[in-house]
Amino acid sequence: MRRSPNEIAVSSRRITRRAFLLGTAQLGIMGVLGYRMRQLQVEESEKFKLLADENRINERLIPPVRGLIFDRDGRPAAINTPNYRLTMTRDQAGDVETVLADLQKLIAIEDDQLEKTRTELKRRSPFVPVIVAQNLSWEEFSLVAANAPVLPGITTEVGFTRRYPLGKNLTHVVGYVGPVSDFDLSRIEDPDPLLQIPRYQIGKTGAEEKLELDLRGKAGIQRNEVNAAGRVMRHLDRTEPTAGSEIQLTIDTKLQNYVLARLGDISASCVVMDTTNGDLLAVASTPTFDANLFVGGISVKDYNGLRDNKFGPLRAKAVQGIYPPASTYKMITALAALEAGVITPTEQVECKGHIEVHFNKFNCWNRGGHGKMALQQALMKSCDVYFYELAQRLDNEDFANMARRFGIGVRHDVPLSAVQRGVAPDNAWKVESKGERWLLGDTINASIGQGFVLASPLQLAVMTARLGSGKIVNPRLVNTVDTIPQPSGVVGDLDVNPEHLALVQKAMFGVANRRAGTAYGTRTIWDKYKLAGKTGTAQVSRIRTAADRNNANRPYHLRDHALFVSYAPFDNPKYAVSVVVEHGGSGGAVAAPIARDISLFAQMGQVPPVGAYPKNVRKKVASEQSKIWQHLDDLDTIGTTDQA
Amino acid sequence: MSYLEHRISVVPTGFRKILALHWPVLLLLSAIAGVGFLMLYSVAGGNAGQWATPQMQRFMVGMFGLFLVAMTPIHFWRNVSFMAYAVALVLLIVVEFFGVQGMGAQRWIDLGFMRLQPSEVMKIALVMLLAAYYDWLPLHRTSRPFWVLLPLFFILLPVLLVLRQPDLGTSLLLVMGGGAIMFLAGVHWAYFVTVIAAGAGMVYAIFESRGESWQLLKDYQYRRIDTFIDPSSDPLGAGYHISQAKIALGSGGWTGRGFMEGTQSRLNFLPEKHTDFIFTILAEEFGFVGTISLLALYLLLTIFCIFAATSMKDRFSSLVTLGISITFFLFFAVNMAMVMGLAPVVGVPLPLVSYGGSSMLILLLGFGVMQSAYVHRPRSKSGQ
Repeated sequence: MRRSPNEIAVSSRRITRRAFLLGTAQLGIMGVLGYRMRQLQVEESEKFKLLADENRINERLIPPVRGLIFDRDGRPAAINTPNYRLTMTRDQAGDVETVLADLQKLIAIEDDQLEKTRTELKRRSPFVPVIVAQNLSWEEFSLVAANAPVLPGITTEVGFTRRYPLGKNLTHVVGYVGPVSDFDLSRIEDPDPLLQIPRYQIGKTGAEEKLELDLRGKAGIQRNEVNAAGRVMRHLDRTEPTAGSEIQLTIDTKLQNYVLARLGDISASCVVMDTTNGDLLAVASTPTFDANLFVGGISVKDYNGLRDNKFGPLRAKAVQGIYPPASTYKMITALAALEAGVITPTEQVECKGHIEVHFNKFNCWNRGGHGKMALQQALMKSCDVYFYELAQRLDNEDFANMARRFGIGVRHDVPLSAVQRGVAPDNAWKVESKGERWLLGDTINASIGQGFVLASPLQLAVMTARLGSGKIVNPRLVNTVDTIPQPSGVVGDLDVNPEHLALVQKAMFGVANRRAGTAYGTRTIWDKYKLAGKTGTAQVSRIRTAADRNNANRPYHLRDHALFVSYAPFDNPKYAVSVVVEHGGSGGAVAAPIARDISLFAQMGQVPPVGAYPKNVRKKVASEQSKIWQHLDDLDTIGTTDQA
Repeated sequence: MSYLEHRISVVPTGFRKILALHWPVLLLLSAIAGVGFLMLYSVAGGNAGQWATPQMQRFMVGMFGLFLVAMTPIHFWRNVSFMAYAVALVLLIVVEFFGVQGMGAQRWIDLGFMRLQPSEVMKIALVMLLAAYYDWLPLHRTSRPFWVLLPLFFILLPVLLVLRQPDLGTSLLLVMGGGAIMFLAGVHWAYFVTVIAAGAGMVYAIFESRGESWQLLKDYQYRRIDTFIDPSSDPLGAGYHISQAKIALGSGGWTGRGFMEGTQSRLNFLPEKHTDFIFTILAEEFGFVGTISLLALYLLLTIFCIFAATSMKDRFSSLVTLGISITFFLFFAVNMAMVMGLAPVVGVPLPLVSYGGSSMLILLLGFGVMQSAYVHRPRSKSGQ
């Protein structure tokens, strides 16, 4: 279009002006872009470099081999057996169903395992291997390996499964492993990333649980470069895992096996402890079960059977069960009184079968009364009235402190599940737990180990070991960790007047070896193996009628607990034994023979010959032993067959 | 002043026109395209055949077209402007019915030997039409309402068609490009203020309409806006593109990881890495030095175009030169802003670098028109 020169000039000027205006705006925008580049690439570069590495580097944990557990003789108690398994990678398999069908021509795969595999394959990235079959026999495994070329995507792998070759013998001590649950994770602060591996096995009970950190070891790490789809492009580096520590326990499986057999199928527990160093030689609870049931998941039927058994096989009663120690507590009462100076060894107290304190009647177990006697006689005959008298002179705190010095009301540091503290009651304890003041009657009940007093078989064994040795002996379950010996359980002297202690020890000898003793019937005739002990019969229910006095007349759950504690040899103590038979009846009749046999076995290292027993009981012992033989495992073969 | 009123005797003729071409612009275009070849070679993992070679072939074809267009007198291009616009419009309507579906949008016409994207053609055609319109319009009418509404209509007609495809990015580019030419032509300020205010109102309405029966945008467009505002809200879904792009950019640092060493691209973390997100590869492999250099190339190109435009005394020539340079600017600015998380992901390629035929061809033809305007610009006898 024709324009005048003036118009052209105006137009040109206007365009130029606006072009530079717009150019300035463009420049500004480019400035913003440049600034943003600087911000991202220079200022925040480190952050993004990290994110890029996070993108591309995939860290795969390599699980460490779990530490082995041995008994004191080096018998394997927990081992890892190879688990031959097959995995499938969808990406390499091509048609999954064809490969699975081909695989089934070679080996049998259960339907629910197949179902599980199919869902896993769908859910996971195509590059992640999924388990197709496990626990294959060597034959099946090698068959698949030989046919690998026609089974694309199938890989043969060797994993490990935990096994307990000693079976039921050490279940309550070693415990068992199981897959990590959400509950486990919620309890652990800052959990090891290993625990995030699906179905990773950790200790669930016993030493497996409590020594988890030692046994687990340290994970290795395989660092891979992966692409966006998760496929591994190349291996970057690898840190090897560190295997878990090897643990040797103090348990003598031969003794443990005998103890379990001797206890039989009744609900009972027993602890055998070395008084010279605190070694726990046997920690047994019956009935027991095979820990291998729990590895890899127990069936509902088996589990319900264990859960509903009225004898409670799932509980490790030796450390978890707490019972009134009954007369086995009288040594504590006697020592507390002697140390407090409220009684002399010769002062006599008369027992008329009962006493009355503040219009309350306290009976002696012997309603006829024991007559006049001093401390030694009172302990041997287990006279209740004598100790009622001591109770009235004792301060409740001094009394409870004496119990604690002997390991009662103290949680012992033993790597077992749910170790109980028990109760050594005093005023402070009662105010806190019951909200009531301490009464004299409470001390009277406590003086014969009833009332609020509660102790576990482990605590009773510790008490007996300390009574026998005069030393502070702590229980010790771990002998070595990676062959490094752990410290002895003896940590010092008891600091009790030796004369007082000797008096009590003499009385305990009398219990099992003097005609007046409550366990005279269970004496040993060979001097070398004689034991010192104390019977206890813990009342579970209040006795109201004359018929009630007969234990067998009461329903099972109301019957008395039978207890016996002992150490042997009496003159040079080595083995402290505590036996509790739940609702078993009289301590002298039921628990004492068991403790005697266990004590003899511990000293001789074999089932004691009948010659060690008094003539009148030999027949009975022989018939009992014939039954026990069937229950004893052949420990020389038990471990080896499983390991193969 | 139009070429007719000038002493056209000083305008070069024949092969002398080649010497009169704006060589700096040609060199810059080649340099930018060269960066593109390099990056396409790297993205393909060292395989030239996948993307780099076809891209080079297209560049050659485009350059040849550019020369042909540049050799043709500018008045011819002014005269065919309306025709070009009409053809582009028809193509847009055709794509509506016969277009090829791709990525949820109807954008291409398959011509057999190439896929034609009519919205690309329209970008240049619209610039030409508006430049011709303002060349024709008497100056005093520039800001009259009717003469303002008419170009607005020219702009909005293709915009609505492109929006229907749907292609939000190209529609916005058309609106902005068209608006820029109207601004350069001297339309009164008040119109722009009004439109910007109205645009703000529109944005408000778009957000208001979400989830209502009269929803203005598609759900995927809303999601893109959402993820633009907060990419981390959906790191594995739609926000993935932006997050990964930022990681690639940032991890480049000052000098980058080195040619063909970018982990983000090599390991496929980057989406559409050979097309819209190719800038991130450059950033990852050559770092800040690489990105700022590319930005400098674009900046130089823009500056040369502005100065070239102001040296042309003819309205059509000036406007078409500026229009093409602004279209080009909008391409790379929106693309860079998008991959750097400053703008929503709207699917705009990085001009001359991203793999793609029609976009490169059209841009080179557009620069052909610019070269034609430059070669045939009226000169005063003193040789200015």
